[in-house]
Amino acid sequence: MKRIRQWPLHLMLLPGVVLVFIFAYVPMAGAIIAFKKFRPSKGIWNSEWVGWENFRYVFTLPDTMQVIWNTLYISSMKIVTGLVVPIVVAIMLNEVRKLVFKRTVQTLVYLPHFLSWVIIGSILVDMLSPSGGIVNKIIVALGGSPIYFLGSNTWFPFTLVVSNIWKEFGYGTIVYLAAITAINPTLYEAARVDGAGRFRQIWHITLPGMLPVIVLMGVLSLGNVLNAGFEQVFVLYSPAVYDSGDVLDTFVYRLGFIDMQYDVSTAVGLFKSAVSFVLICVSYWLAYRYANYRIF
Amino acid sequence: MKLGRRTFDIVNYVLLSLMGVACLFPVLHLLAISFSGAAPVSAGEVVIWPKDFTLSAYRFTLQKAEFLTATSVSVLRVILGCSLNMLLTMLIAYPLSKESVLRFRTGYVWYFVFTMLFSGGMIPTYLVVKDLGLLDTIWALVLPGAVPIFNVVLMLNFFRGIPKELEEAAFMDGAGYVSALFRIYAPLSLPVLATTGLFTFVTHWNSWFDGLIYNNSMSHYPLSTYLQTLQVTLNLNNLTAEQVMTFIQVNQQNAKAAQIFLSLVPIIAVYPFLQRYLVQGMVIGGVKE
Repeated sequence: MKRIRQWPLHLMLLPGVVLVFIFAYVPMAGAIIAFKKFRPSKGIWNSEWVGWENFRYVFTLPDTMQVIWNTLYISSMKIVTGLVVPIVVAIMLNEVRKLVFKRTVQTLVYLPHFLSWVIIGSILVDMLSPSGGIVNKIIVALGGSPIYFLGSNTWFPFTLVVSNIWKEFGYGTIVYLAAITAINPTLYEAARVDGAGRFRQIWHITLPGMLPVIVLMGVLSLGNVLNAGFEQVFVLYSPAVYDSGDVLDTFVYRLGFIDMQYDVSTAVGLFKSAVSFVLICVSYWLAYRYANYRIF
Repeated sequence: MKLGRRTFDIVNYVLLSLMGVACLFPVLHLLAISFSGAAPVSAGEVVIWPKDFTLSAYRFTLQKAEFLTATSVSVLRVILGCSLNMLLTMLIAYPLSKESVLRFRTGYVWYFVFTMLFSGGMIPTYLVVKDLGLLDTIWALVLPGAVPIFNVVLMLNFFRGIPKELEEAAFMDGAGYVSALFRIYAPLSLPVLATTGLFTFVTHWNSWFDGLIYNNSMSHYPLSTYLQTLQVTLNLNNLTAEQVMTFIQVNQQNAKAAQIFLSLVPIIAVYPFLQRYLVQGMVIGGVKE
């Protein structure tokens, strides 16, 4: 094939390149206000340099270490449950022989993924209310005392993790179900001939068959260590649970939009972006090295 | 042995049914509340069947100016945002799928993918949107996310699987790249177009945080941002007088439920299609040679 004209291809890319430049690369450059004392009257470029001052200030705040700890605690619980629950459910779905039943369950469990946290948040606030919420009514009916799921520091992280499982477990099964369909069916026949029951088939064939995908998903989730789920926390938290529920992203939001400390907020955001960037690079490198995975 | 298998099946079916019910229950609960009278709702008597059946919550909602304004903002946002997203996704994915033809391809790919790995953060992005004068306009909700990189990757991988001979024949007949893209590639890529289109739709319809920070006036809020301001967990100190008024007016639980349920209607309407293309698009788009 002869070399065809280049410029129309570059022209097609141009609008996307320009928009990404404005809304992704210019903000990256704008993040230098993390090293400046930002004054709105002077703008980003003319505000004076203060070096690492904003970072130093953030780490003298009593809340900062607590926020980092909360972030790590919540995100790691989400990462672990986000791996285990979908794997188990995918295996359970795979054992279902009645196709209509399987499809119905799949239709139902994928649904919450497509609802926004605003919607789920409002529903949860009603359902978990200590006075009249349906969950606490059940707890009381069973002889317990009402639990303030969204207002107690003991329960809040737990509520976050469970509601996150509820929203995402169904959607998470998709990738594992796809991996299971790729397993050679003759392996199961051979196992049955050898007298292996359901559990032995799951243990010796299904799980090893899923292993590459499990490893891949596990490695890629490493990049989320500092993502505790901004939108979820934002719609569910309140000052009463800052001690257990305030995470880096909500901290950045409040520093920036409530306290109007643009420079300090950017410093915290930049700290998060930089650490996440390293983690993502490591996870992609591991995924490439051990699972032969490439994003493009 | 046989008994063990039966027990396994029964337990499995029961557990999966419970999971299915658990995923549907909150939506049914919401629906029941929206059709119930205010008194049984605040007494916590409504589970999944309406009590004191009434349409008053819906009548109230459909006459509420704020709800209708927010809905129209959301509709406009979806129309503008989705068209722009789809057009840009195709215009970027097509050249990038030409590995041996496009010069600087690796450079372009890294240029786009890097934005998935690193970001300037909330405040610097806000300052850009502000300095461009986009605050309180629909463009603040549409332009910053105009290039959905993940969708580009999905489509790019799909385009690679389309035989080159098809467009080469078209080039012989004098067609250009643009007509190759829209006349040959697009019609052959319906599964991935459907997947990315539906994802974009859901994303735009559900997004609320950008609506919150890029608008000063509530009259520019899209529906999901407006719904967020109705939340009881909100700290009243952070609200403007205008917001507090709205908050008091609509803090009837059944009215809130009606508004939330109405906002779910488009999602539920596209959900069957979403589900059909979901697996197909994800699997095909993710396949690499």
